Amino acid sequence: MQTLLKCFLTARPKIIPFRLLAMMATLAFCLVANSNSATASLRQVIAQTQPKIVKIYGAGGFQGLEAYQSGMLISAEGHVLTVWSYVLDTDEILVVLDDGRKFKAKLMGADPRSELAVLKIEADDLAHFDLPAAVQAESGARVLAFSNLFGVATGDEPASVQHGHVAVKSQLEARRGVFDTTYKGAVYILDAMTNNPGAAGGALTNGEGQLLGMLGKELKNSLNNTWVNYAIPVDQITKTVDDIRTGKFVRQTADELEKKPEKALNLELLGMVLVPDVLERTPPFVDAVRADSPAAAAGLRADDLVLFVNDRLVQSCKAMISELEFIDRIDPVKITVIRDQDLVDVNLSAPAEKK
Amino acid sequence: MRQLVSLFAAVVAVSSWANVARADVDAAVVKAEADRIAVVAKARDVAVAVFAPGGQGGGSGVVISPDGYALSNFHVTKGSGDAMKCGMADGRMYDAVIVGIDPVGDVAVIKLLGRNDFPCAELGDSDQVQVGDWAFAIGNPFLLATDFQPSVSYGIISGVRRYQYPAGTLLEYTDCIQTDASINPGNSGGPLFDAAGRLIGINGRGSFEKRGRVNVGVGYAISINQIKNFLGHLKSGRIVDHATLGARVASQADGRVAVVDILEDCDAFRRGLRYGDEIVRFGGRDIRTVNAFKNVLGIFPKDWRVPLTYRREGKNYDVVVRLEGLHSTEELISKVQGKGAAPQPQPDGPMPEPAPDAPKAPKIQPKKQGGPRPRPAVARPNAAPMPKEVKEVFETHRGYANFHFNKVERSRTWGRAVARGDFHELTGPWILKGELAAGGDAELRITDVLSSVTMPGGKLELPINDDLKNATDPPGSGGLLAAISIWRRLLVLGPEKFGELTYLGTVPLPTPAGAQAGPPVLADAFIGYVGGVEARFLFDPKNGDLAVVEVYRDGDDPCELHFSDYSEVEGRQFPHRLEVRYGDAVYAVIKLTDIKLEKGEAK
Repeated sequence: MQTLLKCFLTARPKIIPFRLLAMMATLAFCLVANSNSATASLRQVIAQTQPKIVKIYGAGGFQGLEAYQSGMLISAEGHVLTVWSYVLDTDEILVVLDDGRKFKAKLMGADPRSELAVLKIEADDLAHFDLPAAVQAESGARVLAFSNLFGVATGDEPASVQHGHVAVKSQLEARRGVFDTTYKGAVYILDAMTNNPGAAGGALTNGEGQLLGMLGKELKNSLNNTWVNYAIPVDQITKTVDDIRTGKFVRQTADELEKKPEKALNLELLGMVLVPDVLERTPPFVDAVRADSPAAAAGLRADDLVLFVNDRLVQSCKAMISELEFIDRIDPVKITVIRDQDLVDVNLSAPAEKK
Repeated sequence: MRQLVSLFAAVVAVSSWANVARADVDAAVVKAEADRIAVVAKARDVAVAVFAPGGQGGGSGVVISPDGYALSNFHVTKGSGDAMKCGMADGRMYDAVIVGIDPVGDVAVIKLLGRNDFPCAELGDSDQVQVGDWAFAIGNPFLLATDFQPSVSYGIISGVRRYQYPAGTLLEYTDCIQTDASINPGNSGGPLFDAAGRLIGINGRGSFEKRGRVNVGVGYAISINQIKNFLGHLKSGRIVDHATLGARVASQADGRVAVVDILEDCDAFRRGLRYGDEIVRFGGRDIRTVNAFKNVLGIFPKDWRVPLTYRREGKNYDVVVRLEGLHSTEELISKVQGKGAAPQPQPDGPMPEPAPDAPKAPKIQPKKQGGPRPRPAVARPNAAPMPKEVKEVFETHRGYANFHFNKVERSRTWGRAVARGDFHELTGPWILKGELAAGGDAELRITDVLSSVTMPGGKLELPINDDLKNATDPPGSGGLLAAISIWRRLLVLGPEKFGELTYLGTVPLPTPAGAQAGPPVLADAFIGYVGGVEARFLFDPKNGDLAVVEVYRDGDDPCELHFSDYSEVEGRQFPHRLEVRYGDAVYAVIKLTDIKLEKGEAK
């Protein structure tokens, strides 16, 4: 623009004011026309929002289980909010940004109750959603859904966008396969086909691009067996996300310095036998419960899958054993297991030490 | 009665309330609504409901010219056969005939018969489409349009430049438009419009997985710009092939897209592309992913020349590469028409052909497509006899969907050329004298049996016989003597007596050396075979003049004759400038100053 003006200046000084005026008028008109055009603003909202959406790749890829899902950046330093699923059940979680940059992500923590997880990638200055700034929407509100449904986008290709409306905000009554979902809180029910394979973890925004919620996993309505299109409102998950970010859910590396008790709890004391630890990350399934043990008394059973020890996520037999090492044997411990798709909390105490 | 009265009162109350509410609506909203209604009403008129004869199966289409050419999907016309019935919103049913097919790109051109004033769609520019734009699909979902009234579904653009892997053996969607407007089985082949009612794509595919074959909010449309590139070829009646670079590329750890395999006899190799080179730009687009590369490759027919920039050791090289066919001619025809000489119709068409190593499916097995495309139940093609008016415009020929239209396009193109100059009586010697741009005189002498050229270096002759395969003289020209003979042969004999010569389609007219590359200008092209070589003739779209003759020998660059500076010679437009190119070099530029074209002696 400046060079153009300079050209005019040197060439025909007398004509400048006119041309300049005309150009400025045209420019101004274009700007006004753009801001007036609904499509143009929708283009802008989408262009500003898409960089906040990430593609996540992990475990799966067989028996109809897609090895990918969606996520959204919630901090400039690379915190990624997504759904807790089998896709994250690997040490090799790959996060691909809108610009094509690839990062190996670390699982900061997950809450199977609200089915969310937070990942962390090592990056700075990222476009992101600000969870405390999230808003709410009423029935009838126009919404946009951003996700990498069906894994359509790869590399630097932007996530897909769909449009629709909030049909209602209601309690979720849905199931996955024959099981009820663990999340039973409020959801936005949508009139668009948003919750497709790979869409879970995507963002629901209003027409201005303000965050409303996170797209959930594929579920069927437990009343009429139709697929549900829904998103979990941000206010339902903010606290959990904060807890995870502050390290409540998974033991952070810094915690290794935490002093372990002189006499710690162990599986033997509780009467629990886990399945043989044969994998890098063997899921901590209960193999057997010793009779007359605290575990038996608390009602633990074979085939229960341990999710939490004192509300800290344990993703493997090793993690479970190591977590117990931080608990003094005189203290009670809360163990959360998943049994028939339900979460069950039990409180155990090791028997008093015999002198 | 009292109940009736109160009911009436209630109706009045509700309707007047509605009117009041209407008055409260912002004028801009009312106008936007009225605009949308008007756009949709206009768009409905150009939509086509395609039905197979007998009514079992079908899909959608859209008319793109007043004489009835319409676009649809290959997978729709494959099911409906060579003659189909087309319903339009005017409530009338028209007979239609297949014109050309692009089995890889899943596009078909059909022609509706019986009118020369069909309402037709305005073609948009799909490269301008952006995510978030409003868009709407019109069509015949679930074959609901038995009264020919099409269905409309509105949505937004969810993604652009999407790449969708091949489904089955052929169909590949490259550079396609993703929309959340409902695309259901039966919408296939129908139009996707932008908010202003311009045609931006042909709906053809959706992501269908576990939920059955209904819309899940993810539909894909073939971009109209891709179809524009193929349209000339499609109107040639051909089974059109897509292209390959002759090289395979892959993403490298550092993010580069690099050549990991290249054939040594492809044009890209001759233009200097080698193993390990980074692909920087292709077809005018920056290439950062393999998908982006495939997207560019997928929008061009084979034989097109496309600009390519590659990088080696930090240095960029700009070349123009001629794309090779994705399939060998026979391979593609076999996949679509079956092996051997049996032409269409084939009641149970063998698409898709199982891969060579795959076990052959038992014959009675119903045809199943591998891909998740919307496709209503397929009728037996041509179960009903072909109507008379369709028969008149349908001709089977191996390698063609409908050879009739090749003749139509060949006649049209030749008719324009002959209007500029009719050379059929000039069967005597042609003596063309001129000056070389490089200095010196040149003389070309061409007869039915001999070509000769005299230049400062001396004189060379070529007897014209049945074998021109090794006729590459003068050295470095790629075969100028053979090429000018073939050029004269077409001008004198015309396409019908030339030998094997058909209308190829449209290809970009090469830009004059040194000219700035703009948007490609598409030229009608003939392809002919004589003396064991292949010749192509490109006609200037501006006036119909023969602009380029290319003569190909296997595995080599063609000898190219570029004709320009047309002006009148004895009542005929004749070129006064001839540029001879071979490979990357200009062999000679001759300015013709003395032109003698003699009539043959009456026998």
